[in-house]
Amino acid sequence: MSLQSRHGQDYCLSVLIWTGATLVTIPFIWVMGDLLWNGWDHLSFSFVFSAPQNAGREGGIGPILISTLLIVGICMGTAVPMGLGTALFLSEYTRHDHVLGRLIRGSLDVLAGVPSIVFGLFGNALFCQILGLGFSILSGGLTLACMVLPIVIRTVEESFHAISHEQRVSAAALGLSKTTTIRTILLPAAFPGLLVGIILGLGRAVAETAALIFTSGYVARTPESLMDSGRSLAVHIYDLAMNVAGGNPHAYATALVLVGLVFIINFASSWIAARWTSCNRLSA
Amino acid sequence: MISFSSNTLSRSRSDFLLSESVRLLALTAGGLLLLVVAFLFHESWPALQGIGLSRFFSDPDWYPTDNSYRLTSMVWGTLLATTGAVLFATPLGILSALFCHFYAPPLLSRWYRRMVELLAGIPSVVFGFWGLMVLVPLIGRWHPPGPSLMAGVLILTLMIMPTIMLVSHASIAHVPIAYIHTTSALGFSRWSMIWHVILPTTKMGLFTGILLGLARALGETMAVLMVCGNVVQTPSHLFDPVRTLTANIALEMAYALGDHRAALFMSGLFLMGLVVLVVSTAESLRHQNTYVSAK
Repeated sequence: MSLQSRHGQDYCLSVLIWTGATLVTIPFIWVMGDLLWNGWDHLSFSFVFSAPQNAGREGGIGPILISTLLIVGICMGTAVPMGLGTALFLSEYTRHDHVLGRLIRGSLDVLAGVPSIVFGLFGNALFCQILGLGFSILSGGLTLACMVLPIVIRTVEESFHAISHEQRVSAAALGLSKTTTIRTILLPAAFPGLLVGIILGLGRAVAETAALIFTSGYVARTPESLMDSGRSLAVHIYDLAMNVAGGNPHAYATALVLVGLVFIINFASSWIAARWTSCNRLSA
Repeated sequence: MISFSSNTLSRSRSDFLLSESVRLLALTAGGLLLLVVAFLFHESWPALQGIGLSRFFSDPDWYPTDNSYRLTSMVWGTLLATTGAVLFATPLGILSALFCHFYAPPLLSRWYRRMVELLAGIPSVVFGFWGLMVLVPLIGRWHPPGPSLMAGVLILTLMIMPTIMLVSHASIAHVPIAYIHTTSALGFSRWSMIWHVILPTTKMGLFTGILLGLARALGETMAVLMVCGNVVQTPSHLFDPVRTLTANIALEMAYALGDHRAALFMSGLFLMGLVVLVVSTAESLRHQNTYVSAK
């Protein structure tokens, strides 16, 4: 191959790669720009805190925010203890190549890939019908908990694995019981990882729509109890866009709120993760 | 930070309690997958018994209220939209990963990766909404009616590209730096290095990324539901409206009863089987890289 044609090839590939990168950037800017352009004007203090009127065409998203918080709260309240326990079991109570551990890990990997609509079906059958919770915030939250569990477990387990083995050995040499070791040494050391796991799960839970449509339902009133049906932000956007003529302006504003939340969550997790690695490097 | 309130020296009840409760939690978490499968089976059993598997492909059409349950056109909708998205997103994702590693200046590379991460986090309903407001009218002007297979393919491309990019990026980052130094020392051009060294060594990682993207596209519901038009028909060209399996479930679950409901669960089960197959292939390939460690 002559040097000339090789340079030509290299040049062509550069052009191709820069084009590819631009092709990815354009839709991102387009989506964000479109949301800001059409949603910003409708965004105000009263929009965020007042109740929707006229099927969401007027008013705000106050009750919807409350429902979202409750759903996500139940989801994390269930998924975090379970995730923490499972991660503890996988990293502290089984050897890495143990059959049971591998089975559980494998099943969680698969669970992480299950489509959210399938979780919706499962939640509808188990929580709404068989357990008799109906279309309620509780059903929705529990369904989401099943969905985010694998993410939480994976992150927390990794953070336990990152703790140096010496710390466990030293604790054992000092005669600390396993419970004390976990409570006073491992949990504090893994805390940033736990936080990242929680935040990642939170991001996924806030963004979810398909698993909620037929578990927590559509009702846009302020929920009076956890057994009430409640509409999450994402479901609100879907409903305004598809079922309410003239709902688009407020759908834009709601989408802006939702994307803002997701971005804050995203930045928080990477900030914690970055600080954490730099701390580890300092202490090592 | 050892507190004195606890009895640190005894291997006591608290140890026993903790280990047992942790084991119980882990078993529950591990059993969740079985529970999901069991419930899907349980709920779709009436369909498998009463309707029978073959009728899902041999009935005249999908009229669940008239006891006619043909799923073929929805299966086609799902397969076509997914395939199209993978075809578009694969080159874009891999090119972006290469861009980040070998072409972009460091600062730009960091910002670009950050942007792709944010893109990955945008909720699917927001993509769907943007598609509905912007993309569908654009396509409609070019080639009516607008809500179409094409719109679904484009939105899915946007949604799975970040997955492919981030997995490829991680897998390229694992190529031993010695490989890159050696190829530079041998006077390889950037193109030759990528083509002859980077792509062959990260083959499995790239493939994993594509499979994970594929899984995401197969299971995606809201975005395709909002832009695809949802007409039950086998599309004859790119600009026909289609309905995917996921959209079908989301649309009809609200009022489905009896056999109809069971049929929807059956399609969920089918979808889950497909996704599980893809994800477990991806997971088993993930760590099979072809390079030897530099140590």
